[in-house]
Amino acid sequence: MNRVVITGIGVITPVGNDVKTTWDSFLKGKSGIDTIRAFDTSNHTVKIAGEVKDFEPEKKFDPKIIKRLDRCVHLCLWATSEAVADAQIDFNKYDRTQIGVIIGSGIGGLHTWEREHTKFIERGPARVSPFLIPMMIPDMTSGYVAIHWGLKGPNYTTISACASGAHAIGDAFRAIKYGDANVVVTGGSEAPVTPFALAGFSNMRALSRRNDEPQKASRSFDVNRDGFIMAEGAATLILEELEFARKRGAKIYGEIVGFGATGDGHHITAPAPEGEGARRSMERAIKEAGCRKDEINYVNTHGTSTELNDKFEAMAIKNLFGDHAKKLILNATKSMIGHTLGAAGAIEAVVVLLSIRDGVVHPTLNLKEPLPECNGLDFVTGDPRKVTIDYAISNSLGFGGHNATLCFKRFSD
Amino acid sequence: MALFDDVRNIIVEQLHVPPEKVTLEAKFIEDLGADSLDTVELIMAFEEKFNLQISEEEAQKLDTVGKAVTYLEDKTKT
Repeated sequence: MNRVVITGIGVITPVGNDVKTTWDSFLKGKSGIDTIRAFDTSNHTVKIAGEVKDFEPEKKFDPKIIKRLDRCVHLCLWATSEAVADAQIDFNKYDRTQIGVIIGSGIGGLHTWEREHTKFIERGPARVSPFLIPMMIPDMTSGYVAIHWGLKGPNYTTISACASGAHAIGDAFRAIKYGDANVVVTGGSEAPVTPFALAGFSNMRALSRRNDEPQKASRSFDVNRDGFIMAEGAATLILEELEFARKRGAKIYGEIVGFGATGDGHHITAPAPEGEGARRSMERAIKEAGCRKDEINYVNTHGTSTELNDKFEAMAIKNLFGDHAKKLILNATKSMIGHTLGAAGAIEAVVVLLSIRDGVVHPTLNLKEPLPECNGLDFVTGDPRKVTIDYAISNSLGFGGHNATLCFKRFSD
Repeated sequence: MALFDDVRNIIVEQLHVPPEKVTLEAKFIEDLGADSLDTVELIMAFEEKFNLQISEEEAQKLDTVGKAVTYLEDKTKT
């Protein structure tokens, strides 16, 4: 079995359009949630979201190409371009059939879907764009990344709602581990901040209604949480087979050593009681990693700021880790940027790698009064925490009962 | 040539080509870099601009800027 390392990262989030800006913001505990700017929310109950700011993809990519791709793909291309540059990999030098692309997206081209559907209703079928389908399908992220960089290895998209990005990275890890590819460009992308999607999520009663205090709305694991905050963003990671990376002298952020995937088999949106599915997902990732549970130092939680997720995820962590749970260091990235759905698992994977690299864990914003289920759990709040991380896990749990956990390890020979 | 100007503007906008490349002889696919989806979108833009309907059969014959201009001039004559 091959070992799999990460050699390049790129992100675009509501707190920064590159890795450095985003990471600095996370360490400072800066919120990216604000009143929605993209459209008029007068008729919406929820008026806040995590929007990417000052994003002009046509400055980096051919405007003709940008016009025929959805914002979901724009964000993905942006993050991928940073990741490829960061990995300093010249694809021309290698067998392109051994370089894959597996990027997750929960929903895909919502902006296109809504715009074209409005045209369809108002002006009839003849006015619907011939680009509707290619712009809308969620797999165009992986498809277009391969077209742009000329990559011909395994290529598909994972769709598991809020766990899509983590499943993509897990599959990318396995593709390299089992020898199907030398390199996989992986991650997640989502652009869900649209009037229609906002109405849908809002009417589920899934979203925070703290419209007057956007920066205080995302309160992962706090007793006063009242829902998650929709957000957009993307993250891309370059995964490589260890010897391949070594031969080309690549810098290594860390190693992926485990991927756990389970299903709740319980409810369309509610997680299984006590986070039973999430617990097994963590358990599987740690089993594949081949480490002991008490070797895990840090858990980047799913932590959405919803009633059930946070309560059950905390229970799952305590149930799985037992006595060691109190020694874990935990945080919730969504407390700062909201929930980027299919991108979240990828953004949080980048967070884990930077935490390992810099020996620091970012704070959880707005966690003032932890819920009772968090008793004995050590969440970082206030200032970032300096800590040496050997093993870390990141959880992603999606509507439909899809659970994914990735296990990362500090790299050493 | 007001109609030609309108046609050229639509092509420049849809295909992101410099205006000077849009000559009467230019072929949409070979010279202006359009693909099959672009040509469908172009025909839709012509229909919109000139308020008419172009059948798929007719549309397939319009492979150059000149043919499109002649067709549209003919159809918009009252």
